[in-house]
Amino acid sequence: MPGAIVTAVGIMGGLGLGFATVLAVAYRFLKVEEDPRVAQVESMLPSTNCGACGQPGCAAFAEALVAGRVVPSGCTVSSAAAIESIAELLGVDAGGALKRVARVHCAGGTAESRAPSTYQGHASCRSAALVSGGGKGCTWGCLGLADCAASCGFDAIVMNANGLPVIDPDKCTACGDCVDACPKDLIEIVPIDKPIFVQCAALSKGEEAMAECAVACDGCGRCAADAPTGLIEMVNNLPRVHYELDIPHTADPTLRCPTGAIRWVTGLQYNAESDSRRKHGLPR
Amino acid sequence: MSGFAHGVHPPDNKHYTEKLPIRRYPFPRRVVLPLSQHIGAPSRALVAVGDRVQRGQLIANPGGFVSTALHASVTGTVVEIAPYRVSSGALVPSIVIETDPFDAQRLEERPPLDPSALNNKDFVQHIQMAGIVGLGGAAFPSHVKYAVPEGKRIEHLVINGAECEPFLTCDHRVMLESPEQVMGGIAIVAERLGVRSTHVGIEDNKPDAVEALRRAGGGKGNIQVDALHVKYPQGAEKMLIKAIHGREVPAGKLPLELGMVVNNVGTMAAIYDYFQTGKPLIERVLTVTGPGVAEPANLLVPLGTSVREILEYCGIKPEVTQVIMGGPMMGQPLAELDVPVQKGTSGLLVLTKAGMAKEYACIRCGRCLEACPELLNPQLLAKLARGGRWEETESRAFVFDCIECGSCSYACPSGIPIVQLIKTSKAELRKRQRAK
Ligand code: SF4
Ligand code: SF4
Ligand code: SF4
Repeated sequence: MPGAIVTAVGIMGGLGLGFATVLAVAYRFLKVEEDPRVAQVESMLPSTNCGACGQPGCAAFAEALVAGRVVPSGCTVSSAAAIESIAELLGVDAGGALKRVARVHCAGGTAESRAPSTYQGHASCRSAALVSGGGKGCTWGCLGLADCAASCGFDAIVMNANGLPVIDPDKCTACGDCVDACPKDLIEIVPIDKPIFVQCAALSKGEEAMAECAVACDGCGRCAADAPTGLIEMVNNLPRVHYELDIPHTADPTLRCPTGAIRWVTGLQYNAESDSRRKHGLPR
Repeated sequence: MSGFAHGVHPPDNKHYTEKLPIRRYPFPRRVVLPLSQHIGAPSRALVAVGDRVQRGQLIANPGGFVSTALHASVTGTVVEIAPYRVSSGALVPSIVIETDPFDAQRLEERPPLDPSALNNKDFVQHIQMAGIVGLGGAAFPSHVKYAVPEGKRIEHLVINGAECEPFLTCDHRVMLESPEQVMGGIAIVAERLGVRSTHVGIEDNKPDAVEALRRAGGGKGNIQVDALHVKYPQGAEKMLIKAIHGREVPAGKLPLELGMVVNNVGTMAAIYDYFQTGKPLIERVLTVTGPGVAEPANLLVPLGTSVREILEYCGIKPEVTQVIMGGPMMGQPLAELDVPVQKGTSGLLVLTKAGMAKEYACIRCGRCLEACPELLNPQLLAKLARGGRWEETESRAFVFDCIECGSCSYACPSGIPIVQLIKTSKAELRKRQRAK
């Protein structure tokens, strides 16, 4: 009996020794040299693997950084200081990427918009959208069932009492997950230094839009008329802001809006109480 | 008859309307005719605002091969061409016609057309230009089924008179009241396709319909009228084929794969009418039923009539909580009543009890697995869909084989909206495919 134990230990020990040798040899001769800076940069990244930078994750972004394919500011999650120190370590320019945030093209919460029927069923915007449109009078508006909030990995979105998602620009990393989650395509990522924003997505015009929602854009075009040339274009009864043209502007185009559908948004879009019109002293 | 596996037995609730003869609904003041009432490309409008149109006049051409024509359902004036909301909640460009109150609403008839004198291509085109779609609910353009691809042959025609949806009785009444039309349409299609056999499948809770069709010539020659044991979803194409021929349509394939075509009885009657009188698809029979209706009815309604008007006509009780377009198992709950009746509208079901059962956690009882006629695992599908694991619903649980019959949701004692979760996942996957 003891002989068997000795044999077993001997065999296992021998095997272990054999494999260890193979591994040691492989480690010595088949080693792939990795730039030590990759690991270092990776440790400076937030490890959220959110994908907002366009890479599959933080490790891949670190590799791309060291290889010089991207600039440090491509990471929208890291603080400015962290980005600066990565740039310093690599001896590159941090890159001037602007902070961008997600904003919602709808301000028609339960208080402002008409709901001809109540939706029952799986509590998700995507599911509700398939049931006769979700029960909201406005075909385009926010359903308020929080698919965007559930998709956000940074807890940047909370639903307010009025049934609208409130996005915290400080927490939002512009990763775009909520953009994909919204079945009504209401969320857009916009540069934070251009606060002019259209809070409506209804393609219907004038009275028709207003019958469904008190804060709908009625397509009057005053904002476009008041804006510097090219900044705002009326498309399908809705103003479209051309952020990409980088046209300097003020809050002027929002001032004559009869419904408050176009607004100068700094900070939170709407807050817990949310009645955007009354809060901002807009007419009606 | 071998029947099909699994399935459920919901109470059929047909007593509200099964004995009521089809009545013609009075012509409405105006009709809204969406350009997309069928599966496939939207139709293309041929008329402009201000045009006077005759009842039965072509007002929109098919927008492609899988698409169909559209005709004026009333005589009157085109007053608007604009997006209107339909039952799905989507806005669809529609032609709005205001009815001429002084017109007799007569339909121009033409002498009967002999379908056997037409070649295949012309036959298919005639059906397309008559605007005929499957009247069972899916509204798939019928002519597409008759344009048999090169190298394929249709051996068997299967006619769907099962009407397995609870509450609905429109097919039942059509079979009872116009058996000649139904059999006439069957004869036309059977001859055109050159089939070896034709089976009309009717559930055995409608013995009078079986009788009527047999008297009208069914059961002779190679046309069989089969009484099938009641089970939901007998009327689903694949289940019907399984019940009648004992064969299974491969996953992701059409009945065409087995050399079969499935058509609804109402569609057959529409085809017969078209060849006899030239009447295109401008009206349809629908069942207005449920505990919330004062006077349930089977109505012959011009397409484009507003649901609200029909319900006011039949009278709805004050305690109504929900209106469903179609049957209770597969129908679409309506968020708004100002939507038009479309080619695929088989009924309006008005309910008085609150809609959804309270939801509990899945207890792994497996009843949904036993209910699913497609032999899927609905419990797994629901779980994956709830977690947003869309890809896995396809790769692990075959979400696209689901026919959305709702048997799983019906069977679930925990009140889990299984089929809704499945539909969500399908919609999400389709959205991704489109984005690619
Ligand atoms: S923005 Fe979109 S995803 Fe978010 S609550 Fe509204 S409808 Fe839902
Ligand atoms: S999974 Fe689909 S096919 Fe199966 S029972 Fe549910 S709805 Fe019907
Ligand atoms: S029937 Fe409902 S509770 Fe039972 S296993 Fe299926 S999902 Fe779970």
